[in-house]
This record gives sequence, structure tokens and C-alpha cells, in this order.
Amino acid sequence: MPSTADDPDGLELELLLEAVHRRYGLDFRGYATASLRRRVWRRVTLEGLQTVTGLTDRILHDPRVLERLLKDLSINVTEMFRDPSFHGALREAAIPLLRTYPFVRVWNAGCSTGEEAYSLAIALHEAGLLERSRIYATDMNEGALAQARTGSFPLERMQVYTENYQRAGGARSLSEYYVARGASAVFDPMLARNMVFAHHNLVSDRSFNEFHLIVCRNVMIYFGRELQRHVHELFLDSLVPLGLLGLGRKEAIQPPEIAACYQPLVASEKLFRRRT
Amino acid sequence: MVDLVVIGASWGGLRALRAVLAPLTPDFPAPILIVQHRSDEESALAELLARTCALTVREAEDKDRLQAGTVLLAPHGYHLLVEGDEAILSVDDPVRFSRPSIDVLLESAAEHGDRAVGVVLTGANADGAAGLAAIRRRGGIAIVQDPQSAERPQMPRAALAAVPDAQVRPLEQIGPELMRICAPSTARPGAA
Repeated sequence: MPSTADDPDGLELELLLEAVHRRYGLDFRGYATASLRRRVWRRVTLEGLQTVTGLTDRILHDPRVLERLLKDLSINVTEMFRDPSFHGALREAAIPLLRTYPFVRVWNAGCSTGEEAYSLAIALHEAGLLERSRIYATDMNEGALAQARTGSFPLERMQVYTENYQRAGGARSLSEYYVARGASAVFDPMLARNMVFAHHNLVSDRSFNEFHLIVCRNVMIYFGRELQRHVHELFLDSLVPLGLLGLGRKEAIQPPEIAACYQPLVASEKLFRRRT
Repeated sequence: MVDLVVIGASWGGLRALRAVLAPLTPDFPAPILIVQHRSDEESALAELLARTCALTVREAEDKDRLQAGTVLLAPHGYHLLVEGDEAILSVDDPVRFSRPSIDVLLESAAEHGDRAVGVVLTGANADGAAGLAAIRRRGGIAIVQDPQSAERPQMPRAALAAVPDAQVRPLEQIGPELMRICAPSTARPGAA
């Protein structure tokens, strides 16, 4: 995003991102500015500051302020079986294709606190595929990953998740998969046996395996066009021929030359299949 | 010249939006972005609006290019923002219990400075007031539905409290006013 002298706000934001990159090696410069600006301003206010430049000053001298900003900038909105129709499409259209492989590798990119990875594990388990699958769930936020590794989610969310699960075509009762412990629903460790939670930054890290299914929902909406292209190249590099890609309900594959490498498997659910 | 119209509506919004969009002609020179609060997931809102207006109406996808004469609706469960000539979606936390939030859209549109028009219609909450104030602060035009003509007056009233110099218009005059403001040749009185 080019800044100009008559857009001081844009310039301040750009300088903040430049400072974070040069001081700490973390690169948010390719993020979509509109949503980033809101998150940054939230941090400015919470730190009791007046300007983005004031925040830049603090961050340069105090890594703890950076830590707090990083929390603000990572996307931690998630739920189990979010958009049940997507998970229904996975069950009906994707799983029959995955079944044809002797071993299934799934990449849940931007897994946040793990709800989506567990949803995928449950679907694979009910299809009898979990034993011969491995789910790689990655995120750039260590705090979220630590939470994900506990395999427990807030008990109060289970009513919503149960409804989602059933609307997604769930065969049983979600409660068969967890036990209530205090305010937490602790999920059956059987689901996590073939699950790996690992740190991976889509902006700066490379492909680390070949996958049969990549699920990356509502993560790239925070990226600008150039960064989206970069990540889509990464995904294309990381999929086996005829591999599957699942995006959020309102996301498109762009640019067009990368979109041309896929055909829709379930167009309405943004579930795609690599052409070759 | 105005190159962006952003509209927020809540309770009673379908009827109000239809009334606002109906007078707009297919050559309407600016893109229009709308946040309508709604609770249902499977929504036919785009279809319902398209039936009674001459513009193209659809739900926004992330990074959609804005086009003159095309109306983009915030999808259920997503914030809609504008950045340059693109629509941006986010799943950030609800703002004052709303996602999509009218404030979020309007505040992002404020970056367009005096090229943005913000419109706040009927509703039973205060969403949009802060966003409309941001638009006004950056030199944009603020229009508020006359609370008297609103199915629910709270939202227009809150907007007026935040933006006392906003133009107040009865529902049926908002569409024609947008046509006038956005017409390419119109010189805007009072604009620097």
C-alpha cells in the first residue's frame, strides 16, 4: 500500500509494521490494511496511547508490548464445525476421495486454538480414516497452539458445537467425544493421536510436506492480494496432484492463473480440487 | 467527486433499503456497500433487494473489486470493510454485539475522505453513529434517515447525536439525494 504525504495515518501504520519487521523479523506488511488498522488502534487505546507512532515507540523498546500486539494481530476466532455446510461437503465429497489413498495427510493452516483440527479428526474418525491419517495443524501464534495442544475447549460452547456437528451430518452425539471437567470439555485423546500441532507462519515459512487436503478458512482474508498470491503458491506447492483445498465461505482463489489450477469440487462451499 | 456510498441498516432495514435503492439508475456512478444486521444464516437479502432495484446486488467476497453501480452486502457473520477499491472481510470479534458491524464499515470508508457518503437508516440500536462521525470528520458526507420516517428511530437518532450536521432526509428522498450527490458533474456546495 503506497502511502502519501497527505495520508499521515497510513504512513504511521506503515512505519509501525516496518519497525516490527526490522526490529523483530515479523512481517505484517502484506496484511490487508483496513482490518489491521482496527486491531492496531485497539492496542493503541489499550496501552493508553494517542497515536500509532506512540505505539511504535513503545514496541521498539519493550518486547512485552510487541507480545500484546501480536496477540491482537493473530486471528483467534474459531469454532468446531464452523459453517456446518462446509463440513457436510467435506464428509460427502472430500472423504470419499481421501479414502482412495493408503495414507492421508491433512494440513489445517491457521488452526488457532484447535477447534477446526478436532472437527476434521472427528470427521475422519467417523469415516474410519483417522487411523491412517495425519493432521498437521499449524498456526503462527504459540499461545493458541499451546491451548490447542490441551485438547480441551470451553464447555459453554458445546451446545453450539453440538448443533453445528449435527447440521454437518454428524453420525453420533458430540458428547461421545468429550468429558466435562470443570469449565472445560476435554476431548478424547484418541482424536489427537495422529495430530501434530506446529508453529508455521504462512507469510515467511515454506512448504513442509505434501498434503491430500489443505483447510485454510478465514485466514487469508487478513492478507493483501500479494500475500494471498504467495500463500496460494505455497498451497499449490504443498498439494499432491488432484489434492483438495478448502477455503472460507466468502474467499476466492486469486490470482486467476492459480485459480485455473483448480476445479471446484463443491463450488458453493469453496472446496476445490487441484486439476493435475 | 464522490466514489463510494456506504449504508447501514438494522431493524426495518429491508423495506428502507429497497426504498433507497429503487430510484437509483443502472448508470449510478459509485459502488455501494451495505451492512444490514440480520440473524438468519441462509439469507435471501441480496435476491430480495435485486428484485426491486436496477443495480447489481450480491454478497461481498473477500477482495472483490468495487464497481460503480454494484451493490455489495456484508455476508452474515463477517465484517465488511473497504480498502482502496477492494472489499475486505474479517471475522474479528463482533463490535457492540454485531458482526457485521455498521461502525466497522463506515470507519473504513472514512479513509476515502471527502469522496465517501455514509448513510444511516432505521434501527433499534446505536450502531453506525461512531462510523458516521468518522466519515464526517474526514470530510465525507453524512446522511441520516429522518427518525420520524424510520420503522425504528433509535439508530438514526444516535447517528444524529454523534453527527449533528448530518443531512436529515425522509426515506423516499435519500435515493434521489444520492443520485444528485454522486452525479459526476455536480459541484458540491461547501466542499473545499
